[in-house]
Amino acid sequence: MHIDPLERRWIILTLVLMLAITGVLLGYAIAANLHPPSNVETIDSTRLHLTPEFAEDKLGVAKNPDGTLTVTMVAGRYGFYPQHVEVPVATPVTFRIASADVLHGVHVPLTNLSTMIVPGYVSEVTTLFEKTGEYPLLCNEYCGLGHDHMWSRLTVISPQ
Amino acid sequence: MNNDKAPALALANLWVAFTAFLAAALLGLYQVVERSGLFPAIESPAWYFAAVSTHGVLMGFVLTTFMVMGFGYYTATTSLAQPLWNRSLAWLSFWLALVGVLLAAYALLTGQASVLYTFYPPLRAHPIFYIGAVLLIVGSWIWCLEMIMMMITWKRSRPGQPVPLVMFGNVANALMWLWASAGVAAEVLFQLLPWSLGIIDTVDVGLARTLFAWTLHAIVYFWLFPAYIALYTLLPRAAGGRLFSDPMGRVSFIMLMVISVPIGFHHLYMDPFQETGFKLMHMFGTFMVAIPSLLTGFTIIASLEISGRLQGGTGLFGWIGALPWREPLVTAAGLGLLLLAGGGFGGIINASYAMNTLVHNTAWVPGHFHLIFGGTVALIYFGIAYHLWPKLTGRSLRSPGLVLTQLWLWAIGMIVTAVPWHWLGLLGQPRRISSTPYDTPLVAAWQPFETLMVFGALLLSLSAILLFYNLVTSQASGKSNPDTTLAYAEPVHAVLSLPRPLNGFVIWNWILLFWMIAAYGYPIVQFFLLDTYGAFPWNV
Ligand code: HEM
Ligand SMILES: [Cu+2]
Ligand SMILES: [Cu+2]
Repeated sequence: MHIDPLERRWIILTLVLMLAITGVLLGYAIAANLHPPSNVETIDSTRLHLTPEFAEDKLGVAKNPDGTLTVTMVAGRYGFYPQHVEVPVATPVTFRIASADVLHGVHVPLTNLSTMIVPGYVSEVTTLFEKTGEYPLLCNEYCGLGHDHMWSRLTVISPQ
Repeated sequence: MNNDKAPALALANLWVAFTAFLAAALLGLYQVVERSGLFPAIESPAWYFAAVSTHGVLMGFVLTTFMVMGFGYYTATTSLAQPLWNRSLAWLSFWLALVGVLLAAYALLTGQASVLYTFYPPLRAHPIFYIGAVLLIVGSWIWCLEMIMMMITWKRSRPGQPVPLVMFGNVANALMWLWASAGVAAEVLFQLLPWSLGIIDTVDVGLARTLFAWTLHAIVYFWLFPAYIALYTLLPRAAGGRLFSDPMGRVSFIMLMVISVPIGFHHLYMDPFQETGFKLMHMFGTFMVAIPSLLTGFTIIASLEISGRLQGGTGLFGWIGALPWREPLVTAAGLGLLLLAGGGFGGIINASYAMNTLVHNTAWVPGHFHLIFGGTVALIYFGIAYHLWPKLTGRSLRSPGLVLTQLWLWAIGMIVTAVPWHWLGLLGQPRRISSTPYDTPLVAAWQPFETLMVFGALLLSLSAILLFYNLVTSQASGKSNPDTTLAYAEPVHAVLSLPRPLNGFVIWNWILLFWMIAAYGYPIVQFFLLDTYGAFPWNV
């Protein structure tokens, strides 16, 4: 079997390149404490309205003792409820979202607020908005013929 | 020679592939026009999602599976110089798969399966759709069996001899697909089909998504494999040169087979029900799968350089101009590699689990896979068809000029379509929407890109029609071509013997088994340990 010297060099270069890219990404993920929205927690999606957390009158923004915020939302065809959420800028906000029916996804364009919302599971993602303004919360997973219409509003305000 | 009728079987498979392709391409044009919002009269989510579901199934599952099968049957019989292992079974696989496609098409076109080609539960399609999917998969399994058995019988009669590279690639693909399709097969057979028939009430969506992800990455390599095999074993000869390295081809095929199956998990980066640690582990695997593609890029470009220099090209880049660009396969591969370079860059963004957050499920994603899959893979499929047509039909291509025009139109059309598509994604547009009824200034920023895409889609559909025209007219009235022997590229250094792991797959199957247990064992078992709640079916 014949291996060309040039070929051997390319193989080494390829391996180094891949190690370097994964190294940079991993280093950055650790340094900035970035991780994808994992949260292994189950829930009965057919009974959200009976749970202490996702009942209709419990949804919305709540302040935690440590100054951070928790936003509790339900995703259902076709909207995210409550349909308008207001949070302060530069404050850690944890979104906890459950689906009342099918698979959905939420994305706030130009920010890193993004997670799938899977029936039977609770999605949780923590982020911090750096700019004030009006943002749309868009559903980004096909959830039925009305999928285009599934969106809500997020307002990021400056602290009083 | 070819009295075992492999050409007829290969042609039958390829015709199904390209008929599905033409229908899907025309649907693609409709989709781009509909979502552009320029023609309010045709806007309808019901039609749009029926169309996208059909387009995705035809392009993703039908064009590809039939192309893989036709290419495999023909290259197996010609490279091994032996008949099909079992001709009746091979035809049975063709008919099973075709009936499966027709059943699924019925459900799709009547709007009873508008669940998109990923059919994520708890959206439920008509049971006929899932039955059609099962038949298509079973048909493809028979093809896998044919490939494996043909290699085994050939090796038995020639102990120690290297299996021809083209066949080694076919078998690598067959084995990979058997491993990969187990995930979606389990999902459909044990979850979706009984659930859609009302035999079980609920399905665990987390488990279903994990099983689907099992298949979802390797399936793109199933589609890509015939293209890569052609680059190694047909292209260097079409370009008038030799293959730079035969063992490197084997190494790449093995790596594609082993690495691409355990990494589909990256499709779950944004899902809640899997732990971060597993996501991280799969990120490493995902980056490793770039290695065989980088090796392939090197070997193919080196082979082309040899060809160019043999034909008098000099200087650092002079050999490029000296290549025989009138050969359809050379032009198809050249344009395909160009698009792959762009697509590969996008892939690195998707694969990194932090950056992926910005583009996940945005228009960036269809932009990315149209560039690589609709661009590179489809172009090389066209090149393969043009290359094989004179051998399969016994007639030369009718109009070489139109063949080249078709390839260039496709490449340009794909760039004009896919670049703005990426841009839409960066500007936050979700994928899989038929209109943009959002109250945000972003909507206005999206419009010019959507309009640009309409022009790209027009070029693409024109090219698709031209492809069909070229194939039909060549077969019907091309000049008679007496030389129907398919010749494969010779390597620069002939391989006389090979270490065992480069001439068979036993050890690689064992490695894959252990890797799959590590990669998917706990992530799947957890659903049986957790208190999970299943989901009832929902109609679209
Ligand atoms: C005439 C050429 C083509 C046009 C105009 C076109 C256009 C489109 C459009 C507009 C969508 C819908 C995307 C969305 O709603 O987010 C789509 C989906 C899709 N296309 Fe194409 N396409 C073309 C060719 C191809 C080719 C050649 C392939 C693969 C070989 C392909 C594979 C797919 C797949 C798998 C989907 C489904 C995506 C999903 O469900 O999200 N397309 N295409
Ligand atoms: Cu939704
Ligand atoms: Cu993948």
